[in-house]
Amino acid sequence: MNAPLKSPQHRAWHNFGAGRWQQQINVRDFIQRNYTPYDGDAGFLADPTERTLLLWGKLCTLLQQERAAPGGVLDVATDRGTRITAFGPGYIDRSLEKIVGVQTDAPLRRAIFPNTGLRMVQAALHEIGRDLDPAIETIYQHYRKDHNSAVFDAYNPLIRACRSSGIITGLPDAYGRGRIIGDYRRVALYGVDALVAFKESDKAATDDLDFTEDVLRLREEMSEQIRALHELKAMAASYGFDIGSPATTAQEATQWLYFGYLAAVKEQNGAAMSLGRVSTFLDIYFERDLAAGVLDETTAQELIDDLVIKLRIVRFLRTEEYNSLYSGDPTWVTEAIGGMGKDGRTLVSKTSFRFLNTLFNLGAAPEPNLTVLWSSALPRGFKDFCARVSIETSSIQYESDDQMRPQWGDDYGIACCVSAMAIGKQMQFFGARCNLAKALLYAINGGVDEKTGQRVVPGFEPITGDYLDFDTVVTRFEAMLDWLAQTYVKALNAIHYMHDKYAYERIEMALHDRDILRTMACGIAGLSVAADSLSAIKYAKVKAIRNEAGIAVDFAIDGSYPAFGNNDDRVDNLAVWLTETFMRKIRQHPTYRNAMPTQSVLTITSNVVYGKKTGNTPDGRRDGAPFAPGANPMNGRDQSGFVAAGASVAKLPYAAALDGISWTASATPDALGHTGADRIANLTNCLDGFCNASGFHINVNVLNRDTLLDAMAHPEQYPQLTIRVSGYAVNFIKLSREQQLDVINRTFHQHA
Amino acid sequence: MFTATAMPTKSPFPSGKFAAATLDQDGHRCGYVHSVETGAAVDGPGVRFVLFLSGCQFRCLYCHNPDTWKLHNGMLLTVDDVVAQIGSYAPFLRLAGGLTISGGEPLLQAGFVREVFTQVKQRHGLHTTLDTQGFLATRLPDSWFDPVDLVLLDIKHIDAARYRQITGQPLQPTLDFAARLIRLGKPFWVRYVLVPGLTDDAAHIAQLAGHLQALASQRPGCLQRVEVLPFHKMGETKWQALGLRYSLTSTPEPSPAAVDAARAIFSAHGLACC
Repeated sequence: MNAPLKSPQHRAWHNFGAGRWQQQINVRDFIQRNYTPYDGDAGFLADPTERTLLLWGKLCTLLQQERAAPGGVLDVATDRGTRITAFGPGYIDRSLEKIVGVQTDAPLRRAIFPNTGLRMVQAALHEIGRDLDPAIETIYQHYRKDHNSAVFDAYNPLIRACRSSGIITGLPDAYGRGRIIGDYRRVALYGVDALVAFKESDKAATDDLDFTEDVLRLREEMSEQIRALHELKAMAASYGFDIGSPATTAQEATQWLYFGYLAAVKEQNGAAMSLGRVSTFLDIYFERDLAAGVLDETTAQELIDDLVIKLRIVRFLRTEEYNSLYSGDPTWVTEAIGGMGKDGRTLVSKTSFRFLNTLFNLGAAPEPNLTVLWSSALPRGFKDFCARVSIETSSIQYESDDQMRPQWGDDYGIACCVSAMAIGKQMQFFGARCNLAKALLYAINGGVDEKTGQRVVPGFEPITGDYLDFDTVVTRFEAMLDWLAQTYVKALNAIHYMHDKYAYERIEMALHDRDILRTMACGIAGLSVAADSLSAIKYAKVKAIRNEAGIAVDFAIDGSYPAFGNNDDRVDNLAVWLTETFMRKIRQHPTYRNAMPTQSVLTITSNVVYGKKTGNTPDGRRDGAPFAPGANPMNGRDQSGFVAAGASVAKLPYAAALDGISWTASATPDALGHTGADRIANLTNCLDGFCNASGFHINVNVLNRDTLLDAMAHPEQYPQLTIRVSGYAVNFIKLSREQQLDVINRTFHQHA
Repeated sequence: MFTATAMPTKSPFPSGKFAAATLDQDGHRCGYVHSVETGAAVDGPGVRFVLFLSGCQFRCLYCHNPDTWKLHNGMLLTVDDVVAQIGSYAPFLRLAGGLTISGGEPLLQAGFVREVFTQVKQRHGLHTTLDTQGFLATRLPDSWFDPVDLVLLDIKHIDAARYRQITGQPLQPTLDFAARLIRLGKPFWVRYVLVPGLTDDAAHIAQLAGHLQALASQRPGCLQRVEVLPFHKMGETKWQALGLRYSLTSTPEPSPAAVDAARAIFSAHGLACC
C-alpha cells in the first residue's frame, strides 16, 4: 500500500507543506496540510472573459444542433469500440481552449461501448438510423464476450421474470454500472509515472501469496490498471502533454486531473460517471500561483469555466428504453463542494465558489451535478452564495455533510445523486432498485402480476376476503419481501461478477487504493405509495376488487387515512418500517466480493416508468400513474407544507439507507420571502433547519409553474432551463412530455 | 351571526374584551386554532411555523381570512397539543425561523397565546413572533410580552376616521401600543397593506411614516422594518363562501410602481422598508 515514491522533493511540490502524502498516496493528507479555508463572500469572483463567452458560444451552436438531431445525438463514431486511446485529439476550438480533451475526436461525437453490451449499441444506433461497423459485430459474436451476454448466461428464469414485470428495473446489466469515482486528483499530485510505480509495488506485494482465485483476480486487475495508466499517459501525450510527472501549475493541475477523468469517460459508459471532490484540491494550486503572481482571478475563473465546459459535454449513446428511466441524457458528473473537515475547519475554498460561479458565467446547466455538502457550520458567505445560486438557477443540490462525515470521513465524494464514498478508497456495485409498491400487490395477489395475470413468483397464495386485514397483509408482504430481496441480491451478484470480468473499470480502479471497501447498493422505489397503501389498510377500510381471474385489480377505500409527508407518525413510522425491514432482508444474503449491503431511496426519473408498470394500489393511486420520486410524498398528498413534508422524509433513518435518501422540493420565489435578501436568508435557514432535523438530501427548485408551462409550449426559448429532479438536474426541455407533466404536477409549495 | 347579504360591520366581541378562557374537561387551558402553516417565509424572520388562531374583533374590508373571524370556527386545542405539534418541528425551526402566532387576532385569546409562547420558549428555545393589530394590548401588563421576541404590528391607516371605516374600530389603541413597544424596547415590524383607493394616499402614508419616524428615533433599532404588503384578492372567494358581501371586488391590486412609491415614502423617512 505504502510504496515509497521516488524523488519526493519534486519541483512540482515547491512551497507545499510536507507530510505523509509525500511518502504514500494520500491526497487527503495533502489537502489538509495545504488548503486555505475561505470564509468570505462571493465578492472576489470574476465574470467570464470574452474568450470564455466565445468558446461557450461556439459550443452552444453545437448543442443546438445536437438537440435538433435524431434522438438528440449529433454524431457517433461507429467504426470502433472506444477505449482510452481509441481516438486522436479533438477540440472545440483549439485556439481558445485552456483545458483540452474530448471523449472522441470531436465534441459531442459519441463513442460506442460494446464491452458493456453490444445489443445496447445496436439498438441505440438502430433508433437513430445508424449502422454499426460489421467488423465490430463479428468481433463480439466470435471473439469476445460482452458484459450483457455474460450476465444473461448467469441469470435464472425468476430474475428474468422480475426484470420483465418491472418489479426490478434499471439493472446495469446492459450498460456500464458506473458509480465508481477515480481519485483523479492523484494524476495531478503525483503524475502517472509515480502512480504506475505505486501500483507495481502493490502488485509485487502479492507475488509470494498463494494464487487463489481472489489473488489471481487481483493480480490481473492490477495489471490492467497499470496498462490503463500507460494508456492515460499516451492519450495526454496526443494532446501534447507529458503527465508522467506531477503538475507544476494551476493550469497543469486542472488539465492533469481532467485527463484522468477523460480517460474514464472514454472507456466506461457508467450510468453515473462522477468527478469526486476536486475543487478545494485544485484551490491549493490556484492559491500558490495567485500568491506567486503568475495567475490572476480572471484567469483562475477561466480555468474552472473551461473545465466545466468540458464536463458539460460528456455524452454516452443510450437507447430510448434507457432514456425513459434516466431522462434528459444525464451523466452525473457529480462534484461535491464544501463540507467541513474533521478538525472543524471548513473545506470551502475560493475554488468552491468558482465552481458554483460557472452557473452564472455560463448559465444554468444540469451537468456537472454540483452538490453542496451542507453543514450548519459552513461559513455564512458560502451558504448565502449557494442559496443565491439555487434561487437563480435551480441547478444545485444539497446533502447533509453532518450525516455523512461521521460515516465516511471528510474526503468523500458523491457518486451519481446521493451515494457517498471515500474517494479512492471505496466503490459501489450499483443495483438500481426494486419496486416496493408492486411487491405489495404481489403479496396481495400471491405472486401473480396484476397487469399481465402471469404468475411471476412461485409458492405464494393470494389474500382472500373482501376487506384487507392489516396484519395479514403485513405478514404476506414480509414473506414476499424475503423472496424479493433474495432474488434481487442474486441478480446483483451476477451483474457485478460479470462486470468485473468483462467490463472492468481499469482506469478508475487504477486511481483507487488496492484494498477498498465495496458496497452493494440496493435501492427501493415506491416507498410513499407502499407506506400510504399500508396506512390506508390500517387506518381506513380497503376493499379489494377482483377480476374474473381473482386478481385484485382495484381497491375501494372507505374512510380516510394519514398520508406520508404530513409529519404524522402513524404513517411515517410505516415508511420507516418499510425502509428498515427491506434493508434487514437485503443484509441476510451473501454478496459478491463480500460487499457491504446498503440501499438508497432514490428513483431519478424512473418513478414515471415504475408507475407505468404498476397497477392500481390500495392508497388510491391509479394504474399507471407515476410514483413520487425518491423519498418524496405522493403528489398532492403532502398538504401540510414543505416543512411537514421534509420532517416526514427526515424520519427515514440514514443508517438503513446509507446509499442515500432523495427528496425534491419546489417552491415559487414568492414563497421564499418578500425580498431577494429575505429569500437567500430564508433558504439558507431552511437548509440549516432541515439538516439539523436529520434531513439528508434536498433538491431545491425555485421556479414558477407558469415558467415550466411556457417552456413546454416554447422549448426553443428555454435552452438552458434547468430543473432538479430526484438526485440530479436536467434540461427541462429534454424531458419527455410525460415527465414534464409529472414535474409540473408535483406539489409546488406556495409556502416555503 | 351574519345574514347572507349583510356587511359584517359588527363583531360579536365588545370592543376591548378578551374571549373567555376555555378549559377542557381535564382543566387544561385551550385555544381556538383556525389552522397552521408549517413553513411560512413571509410572517416574520426566516421560515416559521405559523399558528393562525380564530376570532377577531376587526372586520377589515380587505381581510383575506374572513373565515378566521368567528372564534368558534376554530378547532379547540390544548396548549400541550399545540406545543407538542410545534415541538415536532423544533430542530428545524430553531435554525430556520421560529414560531409566529397570527390570526384572526391572537390577543383575543391572550391567556392561551401567552402560555404557548412561554412553553415554546422554555421547552424548545424557539424565536417567537406575535402578529397583531394591537387593539387589545393596552389591557395587558408589560410582563405579558416577556416571551415575545418580535411583534408584527399591523397598522391599517393613520387617519382615525379612515381607520374606523376600514376596520370598524378605533385607531388610538394601536398607536399607543407602538409607543409602548418603543418604551419596552421590544423589537417590532410595522405592516401596512396597500389598497388602491383606500390606503394609498401619499399624504396619509407620509403622515404614518412621519409618526413612525418620530417613534423610532426615541429608541433606534426597535422598529426594525416596515413591510408594505400589496393588497390581493385571494380572500374574495372566502367571503363568498361565507355568504358575505365583499366590497372590494372592483378594487384593483396595486401596480408594482405604486408599491415601490409607497415604500419610497417610508424609506425617505429613514425607515427600513420592503
